[in-house]
Amino acid sequence: MRKKVVEATVRALQRAETSLPDWVLQRIEEAAAKESHPLARHHLQFMLENVKIAGERGLPLCQDTGLTIFHVQMGRDLSLDFSLSEAIAEGVRIATREIPLRPNAVHPLTRKNSGDNTGPGMPDIILDYVDGRGLSLTAFPKGAGSENMSLVGMLNPADDPFDFIFRTVAERAANACPPLFLGIGLGGSFDLAARLAKRALLNMPGESLEELQLLERINSLGIGPMGLGGDTTALGIKIEKAFCHTASLPVAINFQCWANRCEKVVIQ
Amino acid sequence: MTEYHLQTPLSGKDVEKLVAGDVVFLSGPLFTARDKAHALIRRTGCPVSLQGAVLYHCGPLIKDDRVLSAGPTTSGRMARYTDDILLLGVRAIIGKGGLPGEPFRDKAVYLAYPGGCGAAAAQQLRVLGVHLPELGMAESLWEFEARDFGPMIVAVDTHGKDLYQEVRRSAQKQEMD
Repeated sequence: MRKKVVEATVRALQRAETSLPDWVLQRIEEAAAKESHPLARHHLQFMLENVKIAGERGLPLCQDTGLTIFHVQMGRDLSLDFSLSEAIAEGVRIATREIPLRPNAVHPLTRKNSGDNTGPGMPDIILDYVDGRGLSLTAFPKGAGSENMSLVGMLNPADDPFDFIFRTVAERAANACPPLFLGIGLGGSFDLAARLAKRALLNMPGESLEELQLLERINSLGIGPMGLGGDTTALGIKIEKAFCHTASLPVAINFQCWANRCEKVVIQ
Repeated sequence: MTEYHLQTPLSGKDVEKLVAGDVVFLSGPLFTARDKAHALIRRTGCPVSLQGAVLYHCGPLIKDDRVLSAGPTTSGRMARYTDDILLLGVRAIIGKGGLPGEPFRDKAVYLAYPGGCGAAAAQQLRVLGVHLPELGMAESLWEFEARDFGPMIVAVDTHGKDLYQEVRRSAQKQEMD
């Protein structure tokens, strides 16, 4: 079983780094067809061309192969006689050598690079228990360009969270490789809001009225692909909510670039 | 919007004719540099001459001296070094997200390469050498040979025009409405 987890980690990363999920490609294609700015259309088409080259040649589509983040869904009736996190870390080390991935993980102060994308806290594993005996693993490599623009705001309950999200995106979108996917965490506590925002990205797509209205409002800004103007600033927004303290209104915005890489592998 | 195919290193004349919105393809040598290389250059000087050079904000993915993926990184992190870098004679900075435009006036241009397009970029680049290898793969100063590297958009020109700034202003106006 441990071997299967290691192999699944390598396989999930391999596919995540060299291709995009069909629904992501479809959103970029639809945006390219609708986009009225020639330069923006050109950018969207070049992005699609890049995904094609990456797929054909087995190359990471972006040189920022990201921090290694995984979502694991584990059956409640399954018991493992090994450390899941160590098995996934071993898969990350193999993937770093074999795909290969750029070594990105460094100590936060000395900035010393571990060389293999692992270290204390890395890979980051988000674990959920589900019914049954199954085990699945989703690789969600996260690049720094978009992650660096992310933000948690501890708002006054009298504030409008949608205005806060709108203003934050308007100010930061250009540096996050738009068109963007936005994961929003609404409520909870300081750290729960951030985790909800990450989960929102994992759970995309969002289709509720408030999600679609916010998406339309953001696209009205005209920031466009790469911040150089256009109709397509964001391709999707997902909001995850939790109850919060009566005195609080935490809002987290997790930016995701257009290269929304994600691959799920079910382990038999 | 004019399309240019230029040879590096670049002269003052080469960059003077470029106007924000133009499309540029570059061939010839260029250097990558990001956070650590910039800090080191400020402290101890640059190990190579940057006279007329093109500096690419990029931390490439390389194996056995083959460029596998090499799109641009966010230039904003290097904004504090723009004056130093341009003083060394750099004529063009390539990146994504833009840089404050004022230091570029009468000196150099900022070229935007589509972000996230590392696999496409890799097809247009090969390794000539590496400087400051002790900084690691992403942070080293790589010397690449570019072949029709692009399309890049002139986002900041030498005449004070800044496309990002224009988009930001128009977005702010939209925000107020």
